[in-house]
Amino acid sequence: MQIIKDKAIIEDNWVHYCGEGDLPEGNIIVSLDLWQEMDLSGRNIGLQLEPDDMLSDIKDDLHHFDLIAINFPTFADGRGYSMAKILRDRLGYKKEIRAVGDVMRDQLFYLQRCGFNAFEIKAGRDIVDALEAFEDFSVKYQTSSDEDVPLYRRQ
Amino acid sequence: MYQYNENDQRIVDERVVQFRGQVKRRLAGELKEDEFRILRLQNGLYLQIQAYMLRVAVPYGLLSSRQLRMLAHIATKYDRGYGHMTTRQNIQFNWPKLEDVPDILDDLASVQMHAIQTSGNCIRNISADQFAGVAADEVVDPRPYAEIMRQWSTFHPEFAYLPRKFKFAFTGAAQDRAAILFHDIGYRAVKNNAGEVGFKIYVGGGMGRTPMIGKLVNNFVPEKDLLVYTEAIMRVYNQFGRRDNKYKARIKILVHELKLPKFIELVETEFAALRQEGAVPLDAAEIDRVTAHFTDPDYVDLPDKSEAFNQHLQDDKDFSLWVKQNILAHKKPGYAIVNLSLKKPGVPPGDITDEQMLSVADMADDYSFGEIRSTHEQNLVFADVRKDDLYQLWQALKDIGFAEPNIGTLQDMICCPGLDFCTLANARSIPIADKITTCFDDMDYLYDLGELKLKMSGCINACGHHHVGHIGILGVNKKGQELYQITLGGSAGDDASIGKIIGPGFDQDEIIPALKNILSTYTRLREEGEGFLAAYRRLGMSPFKEQLYANN
Repeated sequence: MQIIKDKAIIEDNWVHYCGEGDLPEGNIIVSLDLWQEMDLSGRNIGLQLEPDDMLSDIKDDLHHFDLIAINFPTFADGRGYSMAKILRDRLGYKKEIRAVGDVMRDQLFYLQRCGFNAFEIKAGRDIVDALEAFEDFSVKYQTSSDEDVPLYRRQ
Repeated sequence: MYQYNENDQRIVDERVVQFRGQVKRRLAGELKEDEFRILRLQNGLYLQIQAYMLRVAVPYGLLSSRQLRMLAHIATKYDRGYGHMTTRQNIQFNWPKLEDVPDILDDLASVQMHAIQTSGNCIRNISADQFAGVAADEVVDPRPYAEIMRQWSTFHPEFAYLPRKFKFAFTGAAQDRAAILFHDIGYRAVKNNAGEVGFKIYVGGGMGRTPMIGKLVNNFVPEKDLLVYTEAIMRVYNQFGRRDNKYKARIKILVHELKLPKFIELVETEFAALRQEGAVPLDAAEIDRVTAHFTDPDYVDLPDKSEAFNQHLQDDKDFSLWVKQNILAHKKPGYAIVNLSLKKPGVPPGDITDEQMLSVADMADDYSFGEIRSTHEQNLVFADVRKDDLYQLWQALKDIGFAEPNIGTLQDMICCPGLDFCTLANARSIPIADKITTCFDDMDYLYDLGELKLKMSGCINACGHHHVGHIGILGVNKKGQELYQITLGGSAGDDASIGKIIGPGFDQDEIIPALKNILSTYTRLREEGEGFLAAYRRLGMSPFKEQLYANN
């Protein structure tokens, strides 16, 4: 499957594992429950967070994860934006933060501003078209994960 | 007023391009309606009963004559020749075609206007005291802070998909005219003993089906912390506000369920963490830059008394009535604040035609430095008129029907669009408002009643602010019949209170007799000089209720 990472389209080398069937080879993305239940030692692990997971539950475990995926059950649920911001700004998480679920081009600009750098565009949507969303706005008023200085200090 | 720089303009222009693309994808079927709905709402575009409705932002109620002319052009070209002033100081058009909306946005952008975040579950357009900068009771001019907040909240990446809509209001005067206690966040600009500007911050006010008065969360947030403190509140809400039930999703419910001390603790903890991470405080230089856009216009030094004006007052009774009712004292000697009444029988409250817009724009140029204010009570204001000019201006306003001497009276009612336009409404409100203004047209009687805030909503969502009317009317639907419930005792001001339902509702033929009954109880029992609200607070509901339902 193709995803967008660091503003480019790449072939994804991660697999989502929901706990059913055999554990796939390679890099796997699992839920918080699965990560706590299963012995995954020796594997590259991505953690998938749901909007109501508490970051306080995992803040000391972040070094275990090569990737954190944040799920958007619907794009109208904006909790994931604050999660990513806190992961980046407060907890210092430097590796991949990936948006999964109901993700399409119209959210990408805000998502990348909040610290997401990878995106699984939902099925049926044009991933090449989505890539253009990063250029929707050339000016940003606020500071965020992608900008340390407010606009008024830059103009 | 604030003038866009290159960056401000670019953001608005790029939004037009983005929205044009979204409309194109919708029309091509690449966006589903349930996806597009959320996106278009963030740009003020609703789908109503018969057509789309576009709500255009009027930040803190400030318009230039040039902008108003463009709104007139839009009303003529894309709509049916009129617009509607809303209770949050915006203007909406009821009949645009979807495919025209990007062009309308282009036209708006050409005069530094937009429809960004006038709807949707995001930080909405910011409202403020309509007399900011000219009121005699002002401590701090809130407009620069409202503009700074407008910029900060525009496309804020973290807070675009909140649990529910989110409204800010600002005042900096002794008297609150912006209903800040009925907003998600109300900001009252104050000065401390050292003369430094800060804000009393109230959170969790609102109307809707669970009306609540905002609660004081911080007594003095220094101006440099305005944005970071707000960010802390927004982040607490974005994470913990309820998303399981639309009717329990506003921040007022979160504050209520957590209890105020716990909510404050979460906000303060978040604020401290943000600061520790190096959140950027607001620069004094930036406050100065924006404040420079809101300096006084070129007032002339005038004597406070105008002989010509006084002569007209003596000679013309109608003029003196208008002055008494619609004119307010100005901070600058020789000047006055003029309220334009958009309320009169036969016209939906707040409606304004394209021709009226053009006339108002011309008058603004001739008499008030080219600026117009909109009010949350759905009227307009010329903030800086020379007393010498009042008589001439009055005649011009009479010609376009905006000189009804009814500001603050029962005729000056707030009213939502109701079932004639809105998909949420349970009952019509505009025809009822018309019945009321038509029936209560004896101005001597209305003046005798004194200040009386009558507010009507066509459903429990309370867009017509019925909860805070001295008398409120709420349209409901009982078994297919439109009924109107009456509430008494609400107030949106510093003495904020939420009206109480007096009893069973009335149908559209009974509502006028019921209002007459309530008003007769008031005039019978009031003390010398006692207004309706004060009388109700002294007397309580009982005498009104007993009289109203006496025959049942």
